[in-house]
Amino acid sequence: MIRTMPVGLVEQIGRNTNNALAALGDFSLFVARTFLFVVTDGWRWKTIRLLLPQAYEVGTRSVPVVAVTGAFIGMVLSIETITQLKTVEQENRIGSIINVSVVKQIGPVLAAVMLAGRVGGALTAELGTMNVTEQLDALRVMGTDPVRYLVVPRFLACIFLTPILTIYSDLLGVIGAWLVSTRFLGVPEGPYWAYSAQGIETWQIMEGIIKSIFFGAAIGLVACYKGFTCGAGASGVGRACTDSFVTSFIAIIVLNFFAARLAQDWYTMLYGTRSIFG
Amino acid sequence: MPLIELRNLHKRFGRQIVLRGVNLQIEAGHVLVIIGASGSGKSVMLKHIVGLLKPDKGEVWFHDRRIDTLSERELQSVRTRFGFLFQMGALFDSINVLENVAFPLVEHSNKSREEIEAIAMEKLRLVGLPDIGRKMPAELSGGQRKRVALARAIALSPEVILYDEPTTGLDPIRSDVINELILKLQRELNVTSVVVTHDMNSAFKIADRIVMLHEGLLVFDGTVEQIKSCEDEVVKRFVTGEAGEADLAELRTTGREFRLTNQ
Repeated sequence: MIRTMPVGLVEQIGRNTNNALAALGDFSLFVARTFLFVVTDGWRWKTIRLLLPQAYEVGTRSVPVVAVTGAFIGMVLSIETITQLKTVEQENRIGSIINVSVVKQIGPVLAAVMLAGRVGGALTAELGTMNVTEQLDALRVMGTDPVRYLVVPRFLACIFLTPILTIYSDLLGVIGAWLVSTRFLGVPEGPYWAYSAQGIETWQIMEGIIKSIFFGAAIGLVACYKGFTCGAGASGVGRACTDSFVTSFIAIIVLNFFAARLAQDWYTMLYGTRSIFG
Repeated sequence: MPLIELRNLHKRFGRQIVLRGVNLQIEAGHVLVIIGASGSGKSVMLKHIVGLLKPDKGEVWFHDRRIDTLSERELQSVRTRFGFLFQMGALFDSINVLENVAFPLVEHSNKSREEIEAIAMEKLRLVGLPDIGRKMPAELSGGQRKRVALARAIALSPEVILYDEPTTGLDPIRSDVINELILKLQRELNVTSVVVTHDMNSAFKIADRIVMLHEGLLVFDGTVEQIKSCEDEVVKRFVTGEAGEADLAELRTTGREFRLTNQ
């Protein structure tokens, strides 16, 4: 017996695929235009003048939320890890395990996720509101490209400030872990720092910082694009903000996977495999 | 030789066809008013003139140069020769009134800060609002917002000013102030004005020429006197503001008889 697929379903799949490809193409063009303006105009005073307020918005105002997140993650990791290490009588090595996790993975990823929520949401809401109130069109009719004027400074602020906030998050994570491990869980301070220094290498710190640049780029580009393409009215802006966070979050997780894989391959190629218990 | 020309302009959004082959020539130095029902495509037509929308088919010409095929970057220099008054003003709400008016000058001139501020103040005086430069857009009334937006639109002394429903949402007195302002700018700056509106009082007061857009096509082109004496049913109903049987069909959903009050 031959089963026939309803034409409506085929049509729907075709339309959805078409829309997804069109959106991808549109986003690619948006990214290409942003990079073009970064190269041609990013160094001009006109752009730097616009970058400073954005740097304050993206960087300075995100410090408290990133600090709290980083510190508490370090503290929670200490509590969770110590139990397992005690079973094999290796609790003195807690510093190396937690701090490697913090600087390589959890610090950069959580700082980026917090920024996707706080900064990405705010950027999409701001640009989305400008879009629905015709302010983007007003820029265009005055001969000013909205990508150059609005996107480039926000994108650069995200790229420059995300690594700095990541370092801050890492630092607070390390302090939080040290505080709980040595003050409340009874790990001696000397071995704690000795094993931490042994476990963490410059490579791992740099891995976290470099990938945070890509996280920042993803947050800035996705947030601005969603704002530029949001639907009409308050509901359109609201939906764009939600989409912006979800898309940035997925982008961060996926980028993190590829960055981890790439960094590990390069590390193994250059230095071979190294155990934190070595 | 027309200043602006639309040739066989077609535009659709999804399944909705908005323009079905509009041909229009706009002469320099006059006030052209485009009338038509809400949703008839008047604003869409206006946005094609300045390249904010690209036609699906057809051409847009400005000063003997085809502009609908230009890239965004190429369009930037063309757009500085236009001023555009948006329906809700579209003022930048994060900067004050003076900075809004000064914005095009900051972006497109090499003048000093003092010179730019002086020009912005002069433009604000021209629209009758010399004392509100330090206010934020959110503190302005609807009429003030439109006048500030107009001051911004003329900051670069454009050749053409495009008005998208300049009197919508204003009371009759404020509407008349805007009408007088359009005429004043026309006299003092000697510009070409294209005004989209469905306010017939405004159209009669400011127009040198009126065109009417209906179902994606221009159905009338003439002077104020000609439109007042036009016998075409669609044009006549629009000018007198009378709803027709077709307009009221959607109200007949309750099953009770519904008649026009003037019949």
